[in-house]
Amino acid sequence: MRTLIKGGQVIDAKTKTNDCLDILIEDGKITEIGKDIEFVNGDIIYAQGKYVLPGFVDAHCHLRDPGQEYKEDIETGTRSAAKGGFTSIACMPNTNPVIDNEAIVKYIINKSKQDGIVNVYPIGAISKGLKGEELSEIGELKFAGAVAISDDGRPLKNSALMKKALQYSSMFDITIISHCEDLDLVDEGTMNEGYVSTVLGLKGIPSAAEEIMVSRELILAEYTKIPVHIAHVSTELSVDLIRHAKSRGVKVTCETCPHYFTLTDEACEGFNTLAKVNPPLRTKKDVEAIIEGLKDGTIDIIATDHAPHHPDEKNVEFALAANGMVGFETALPLCVTYLVKPGHLTMEQLVEKMCVNPSKILGLNKGSIEVGSSADLTIIDIDEEYIVDVSKFSSKSKNSPFDGFKLQGSVYYTIVNGDVVVREKVLL
Amino acid sequence: MILKSKDLLGLKEVTAEEIEYILNTAKTMKLIVTSKNKKAPHLQGKSIITLFYENSTRTRLSFELASKYMSASAANVSASSSSVAKGESLIDTGKTIDMMGSDVVIIRHPMSGAPHLLAKNIEASVINAGDGMNEHPTQALLDMFTIIEKKGSLKGLKVAIIGDVYHSRVARSNIWGMTKLGAEICVAGPSTLLPPEIEKTGVKAFNTVQEALIDADVVMGLRIQLERQKKGLFPSIREYSRFFGLDEKRLKLAKDDALIMHPGPVNRGVELSSCVVDSEKSLINEQVQNGVAVRMALLYLLTRRDSVENIN
Repeated sequence: MRTLIKGGQVIDAKTKTNDCLDILIEDGKITEIGKDIEFVNGDIIYAQGKYVLPGFVDAHCHLRDPGQEYKEDIETGTRSAAKGGFTSIACMPNTNPVIDNEAIVKYIINKSKQDGIVNVYPIGAISKGLKGEELSEIGELKFAGAVAISDDGRPLKNSALMKKALQYSSMFDITIISHCEDLDLVDEGTMNEGYVSTVLGLKGIPSAAEEIMVSRELILAEYTKIPVHIAHVSTELSVDLIRHAKSRGVKVTCETCPHYFTLTDEACEGFNTLAKVNPPLRTKKDVEAIIEGLKDGTIDIIATDHAPHHPDEKNVEFALAANGMVGFETALPLCVTYLVKPGHLTMEQLVEKMCVNPSKILGLNKGSIEVGSSADLTIIDIDEEYIVDVSKFSSKSKNSPFDGFKLQGSVYYTIVNGDVVVREKVLL
Repeated sequence: MILKSKDLLGLKEVTAEEIEYILNTAKTMKLIVTSKNKKAPHLQGKSIITLFYENSTRTRLSFELASKYMSASAANVSASSSSVAKGESLIDTGKTIDMMGSDVVIIRHPMSGAPHLLAKNIEASVINAGDGMNEHPTQALLDMFTIIEKKGSLKGLKVAIIGDVYHSRVARSNIWGMTKLGAEICVAGPSTLLPPEIEKTGVKAFNTVQEALIDADVVMGLRIQLERQKKGLFPSIREYSRFFGLDEKRLKLAKDDALIMHPGPVNRGVELSSCVVDSEKSLINEQVQNGVAVRMALLYLLTRRDSVENIN
């Protein structure tokens, strides 16, 4: 099986490539990169006027499989990811049962091979049952194929357990991802605490709830000299704290999500449950700080936190509504429209944050375009403008606050291990 | 004139003209409430449902009597004795009521935004009778009606709202409504019970009751809920009352002819001293009476939207 991608603008951050090149794919691998590659007999993809990028790597998503397949499953989740240009995704362990043992990790890996159309990497739980009490079998999780551990959705309340989790996981060289939230400060809060929560009469979640926990993780990472990855950073002070820790040489990395650099808590007006997410949407100054953090490299990764929910879980009272929004199919256009087009990030920087850094942090051999690497590629047009229509999403769930947004940036092709899974914007 | 929306979800969403229109209509309705023969034909053939997910005495009774004085068919659904207790969703309950031919559904709910959700999903008009900490618009309308009855207008009046503003839907509705009619509002309460960035709504906020009371034309106490103490928002009822309780001595800071109000039920000796509750300046009983008139006006104006629209 031979495929030639012809005439696209190829960007690879690892090899510092940004040039109009052809890419030859044979048997799932990239075998040649160059100008005007001679080619007969095979599939030719004409990519003139488009960018050819390493396939996007999502370090944070929820596939809801096993246990909540009415929201999403591995088949629909990976199809949605492919549509958004993602070729590798790491799924969080808050499934039912929780990914806290070898058997569930293997279930996900096997089911992904069978039903999935992109590479799926499970993230195991830090604590058994996500209860924050005892460590799960982290070594076994790692050897079964988990690429990181996290109690995402819940913080590890107990600082001593977090310290032990860092120390124990470092033995297996597995990344630990922290969901930062002080639950006492969150209390009954359902959106960001501030003027908008006052106007809506909704109980607020202070930004301090995130920042206090970020501080704890930074202090523990510095104390133990063990790396930590901070999930979904949403506030100005969190960015500052991480920037400061990095300057002290703390081994910290972090991610943010498209909704934190595009929306503010005003999106909750009218009790819009589609804008209910955890951490909550913050204020304009936070959005600006997130963008600044992306620009100066404080924030390493843009992850989706793809969180599918059934309409019955959103079409309820705001306080009862589930947290989260689907993210695969809007991630690229939001990055293009809000980061690349206004000049905050170059295309190379975007590739770093969506391909190179997530692969590096999760220890995947992905995120670059090199001879010999597996052919995971995404071909995009960054000028095409369109209106987001959630009804066309491939995800089983449609819970997105971006319905009706006019955005730029379309995924034309997604190629996973040499197989074209999205062709001319159509999922195969 | 007709009300723009089919629903009354809050005073945040309505204009000053609409508020004045409702209050003017309530003047006529008050004649019915205070007459010997309390029966008017305005709502004949209309069906009014109260759907209450929280306990209430005066609001519920007030709506029920308002409906009955105007010849509507009125019925109650209460959360504890209905399929709500079996876990039915708000939308499903709402649609069921809708299909039985109700014209107006009056909802009280512990969660902010519940009436908005209901209104989006049913044909009937929805009146918010209190949602979480968001709004209690009919309470604010009756408060404004009562003040205007005594003072002629809200324009330029200084209104002090004292107590647990954070959890108070009454305070929020009054802030939106009275500000639209030109009043100047001061709020005071323990700093743990004032909502964040409340001054951005156009009110002045104080942490001493004295500052808020100076030269006030109207003083409104808010009910303090005992369970807030358990959440650590203030140390004791005793201390609350010592620093924020309204007694005759403190009220001397307000204007001589200041009006004293409270949405009820009052914790005597906590928010207001018993003397203040029973004093001549206290309008607490008038508030209750005016509540029926204001709700009659609202029910009438909402149910007549259809016929007026047809004529136009």
